[in-house]
Parts: sequence; C-alpha cells; structure tokens
Amino acid sequence: MSIQLERVVKHYPGGVTALRGVSVDVADGDQVAVVGPSGSGKTTMLTILGTLERPSEGKITVEGVDVGAVSDRALAGLRAHRIGFVFQAFHLQESMSVLDNVANGMLYAGVPLRERRDAARTALERVGLGHRIQFRPKQLSGGERQRVAIARALAKRPAIILADEPTGNLDSRSGGGVLELLHELAQDGSTLVLITHDERIASGFPRRLQMRDGEIVSDIGAP
Amino acid sequence: MTDRARLPPHELFGVALAGLRTRTLRAALSALGIAIGIGAMVAVVGVSSSAQANLIAEIDRLGTNLLTVSPGNDVLGNTTALPTSAGAMIAHMQGVESEAGIYQVGNVNVYRSPYVPADQTGGLGLDAADDALPQIVGTTMASGHFLGAVANRYPEVVLGAQAAATLQIPKVAGDELLYIGNRWFTVIGILNSFALDNTLDSEVFVSLPVAERRFATAPNATEIYVRSSQNDVNGVANLLPPTADPQDPSGVSTDRPSDVLEARAAAKGQFTTLLLGLGAVALLVGAIGIANIMVISVLERRGEIGLRRALGATRGHISVQFLAESALLAAIGGLAGLALGAGATEIYAAARHEPFVVPVYALIAAPAAGLLIGAIAGLYPAMKAARLSPTEALRTA
Repeated sequence: MSIQLERVVKHYPGGVTALRGVSVDVADGDQVAVVGPSGSGKTTMLTILGTLERPSEGKITVEGVDVGAVSDRALAGLRAHRIGFVFQAFHLQESMSVLDNVANGMLYAGVPLRERRDAARTALERVGLGHRIQFRPKQLSGGERQRVAIARALAKRPAIILADEPTGNLDSRSGGGVLELLHELAQDGSTLVLITHDERIASGFPRRLQMRDGEIVSDIGAP
Repeated sequence: MTDRARLPPHELFGVALAGLRTRTLRAALSALGIAIGIGAMVAVVGVSSSAQANLIAEIDRLGTNLLTVSPGNDVLGNTTALPTSAGAMIAHMQGVESEAGIYQVGNVNVYRSPYVPADQTGGLGLDAADDALPQIVGTTMASGHFLGAVANRYPEVVLGAQAAATLQIPKVAGDELLYIGNRWFTVIGILNSFALDNTLDSEVFVSLPVAERRFATAPNATEIYVRSSQNDVNGVANLLPPTADPQDPSGVSTDRPSDVLEARAAAKGQFTTLLLGLGAVALLVGAIGIANIMVISVLERRGEIGLRRALGATRGHISVQFLAESALLAAIGGLAGLALGAGATEIYAAARHEPFVVPVYALIAAPAAGLLIGAIAGLYPAMKAARLSPTEALRTA
C-alpha cells in the first residue's frame, strides 16, 4: 500500500506541535524503520499514516486517494480491511482466548465468526503459536503475547503493517524473534512501517527515516 | 476505499457480553442496584395482585348474586322492622333462587354453665336462623351439622367460628351443652367463618320456632340473605324493598356484599402507588450506579477503545458498544429483579395462603425497564468513549 504525506503538521490541544511539516512517500512493499528519540513525533506520524488521526495541516494520500476528502466511516473501513497495527503494549483482552483475540482483529471487517476463527488459526500457525490458541494472554510470555498481537494484525492480510515499538516491552532475545517475524511477513508483500528508538533495530531495515523535533532529518535508502 | 467498517447486531451483543465478563464482580454489583429496584417494584405489584386475586377468588366463591335485605330507618329516623311475611314474599319472587333470614334474639345471653357470672357474656349474641343460612351465605360446617327439623323442636344450637373459639369448643362431640336463658342447649354444629360478614362469626344460632317458644322472639327478620339468579341481580335488588314491605318500601335497605369486596380489591391496587414510587427511587439510584461504573470503565479501557478504533471501529461503533454494555447490564439486573420480586411474592403469598400472582406485563416490563434505564444511564459514558482520541487511548495503556 502506498501512502504519501505532504507537509503534514499536527498540533495537539495545549499548544503541542508533534509534527512540523513532514513529507514522506511510502511506496507499496516498502520496509521502513522510523527512528528517533522519544517526543520526536514518531508515534504521531504512525497514527496519521494509519488514518487514526487527521493532520492539522498538509495532505495525506492513501493509494492515490486524498484522505482529507474521505469520511471517518470510510477511514474506519480502510483500517478494518487494509491496515494492521502492532503496539508496544500488545493490547490483548484478558477475558478472551488467544484465538478470539486474534479473531477480533477482523471484527469490524464484517467477517463472520467462523471465518474469523479460521483465519486466526492460520495466522497463529504463521507466528508459531498454533499450540497456544486456547490459552489466555496472561499465560503467555511477553514475546508470545506480541506474536499474538502480530497475528491479530496479520489475520486479515493487511496491505500495510504499522508497528509502534513492537519490541519495546521485550527482552532482546524475544524482541529479535518478533523482528524476524515482521521481516518475514514483509517478504510476503505487505508494506511495513516500524517505529523504534533503537538504531540497531533500524539498521536491519532497507529504508530508515530519522526524526527529531517533529521533522524528518534524514531518509536513508529511499527509492 | 469501498470496504465499509461493520458491526452487525449479533456481533455487538457478543462484544458487550465480553466487556461485561471482563469484570464480572463489578458488573454483578452494579446490576444488583437495578435488581433491587425492579425486584421491589415487582414484589409490590405481585403482592397486591396476589391479595387482589385472593379477594376476587373470594368474590367468585361467594358469588356476586348474593343480596341482603335489612330494616332501614323510617322518615323519623327510627329503626323499622321487616314484616313477618318478608321472607316468604321474597322466596316467591321471580329471579330469587333461595333466601334465609336471621332474627335477633334480644336480652338473652349464652353461658357455658349457670355458674358463670351474668356479666361474663363473652360478647356472644344469640340469633335465630333459617335452616338454609350456611348454603346461601356460602359457608360450610367446621364440625357437626346446621339447624334442621330436629332443632325446630328441641333445644339445639350451632356456633359461629369465633363463638366456638370463645367458648373453647373446638369440635362437636355430642355432649357439649350451653346454658341459655335458664335452659340447657345441645351444641350440634360449628360453622366455618363467614367470609362476607364476620360479625356473624361471634353469634350462636338457634332455630326460629325454638326462639319463638323459649325467648318470645318476634318473627321479624333482622336480615334476609337472598340468592338471585345470576343474570338478573340488579332487577331483583330493585324489587326487593317493595316485595319485603309493600306498605313501606323506603324502610327497607338492600345490599350486595360482593360490592364491598370488589371495592376492597380495588383499594388493594390503589395502595401500591406509594410503594412503587419507593421502588422507582431505588431504580434511580441503581441507574446512577451504572452510569458511574460505566464512566470508570471508559477511563480504564482507553487502551481497548484505542485498539478497537485501530481495528476499524467507528466512533459510532464505540459508543454503541458501551451503550449496549450498559443496557445489557441493566437488563440482566431487571431479570434478576423479576426473579427476586417473584420470589418475594411467592413467599408472601404462601405465608398468607393467597394465590401466587405476578402480572404478565411485569414479565416483559421488568427486563424492558432495565434495558431502557441502562441505555439512558449509558448515554453519557458512551459519548465520552466515542470522543476519546484513539492515539491518546493507545499511549496511556
């Protein structure tokens, strides 16, 4: 999936300006790492790329369509069908089994429960957790939980995966496993944008965006 | 971008249920508030309905075709007397099935023995009665039998239920005697309670011929009970005074005892309004409790809300989810309240030997009221949830 940001500015209430004119062009199939210290605007850029928020100024185009001209409902539909998010805090629901957590990833896409569970099973096999589908998230290790979250993003076969510090809460070993998995998935053709503050993780990506104070300071490996 | 974000109703139900299951204890406690409110209201309605049903059953048992004729007052305000022919005249009326009279026996008291001091009457009265009285008034014998051919000639008495209790004669054994007006009388029967006129319960009954002979009782009835045909009760009632006393119909009063019971049944319904109001207050408190819990829940679940937005939920989906949770919670409370209220009614009705009645509308109204209250209570939390910025929600996880 291709996304273009053009001179995007984002203000938050209280006078905070998170992005100060960001322009970037993510092409279909790109694997991009966004690096920068905390407060540099990485997460804000990711939420705007993922259409969770609209820019205060500037323009965002998703697959050639200007998001500014599209309704909130249509954007929700886009997220439901095409975009997979992975978060640092996993955001798994303890009241549900691992399988249903993953199946919930397609809840708003209007897929019937049986099909959702089938796809969830496949996705869990893909991330190597086929044997844990009836577990509760609490019963899993941190690395396993993040792999469940990845399976949730993956189950609907998204055109783009947006990952916000997916290894932030993990030790280096399980973090390495999660990164390996994300790279593997990206090989299958999904676009991948990953946020990290860790230069070493970023170095494993063909394209690296460096951010500071709400601006992109370098774009290495751009096509 | 033609693919829409969807949340069909059955999925919404599943989401709401899962949300409640996350915090079972909290959900149960806040549903309890609604359950108590609705339970109180169902119990109030159920208890009064049961009492009402009991009265109506009593009316059905007595029949609505029972009429009474008694002396009224003349123009000067003096109590009149019915003519001695009144009973016979009424018995021959068209539409009258049967009648029985009661004749007050004055200045005679009932004692267990001659040694009882004269002023210890026990409040018992002595009446002469026609043989058909129990059938017509709709009561039965607790023991023995009522006055009959033998009692017309020999000194025999029948006791009302209260009179038997006062005299401490629980049942007729054949050898119980009472001392009345310097003469011994044999007790031959004890009546069950008169549902419609319990002043008769403390009476002792003797046959009219014996009363006339022994106590010089005037054969002017002090009360005549009349069974009319079921389909002409009003017509018969209107003709009773001129038939009983053709010379002075205005000195005769007629009554329909079932009217009194019907009025009492209606009054049972009126009394509930205040208690229902109290139930409504409990319900209001329950609703505020649910709103409170839902607001807290929204704040606690900012992470989940953000996740759902990321998974493709619209603001509408989020608000309808919290609304559904709140409504479901209160509807469960409503159902529990229905069970509580019905249980309370059952216990009450069983204790009072009344029929167990919960009105049919309560079966629908209780959960529906819960649903409605929950939806209203959830309105503000739902709006709050929908307004949360998804990024804010994800960051604060």
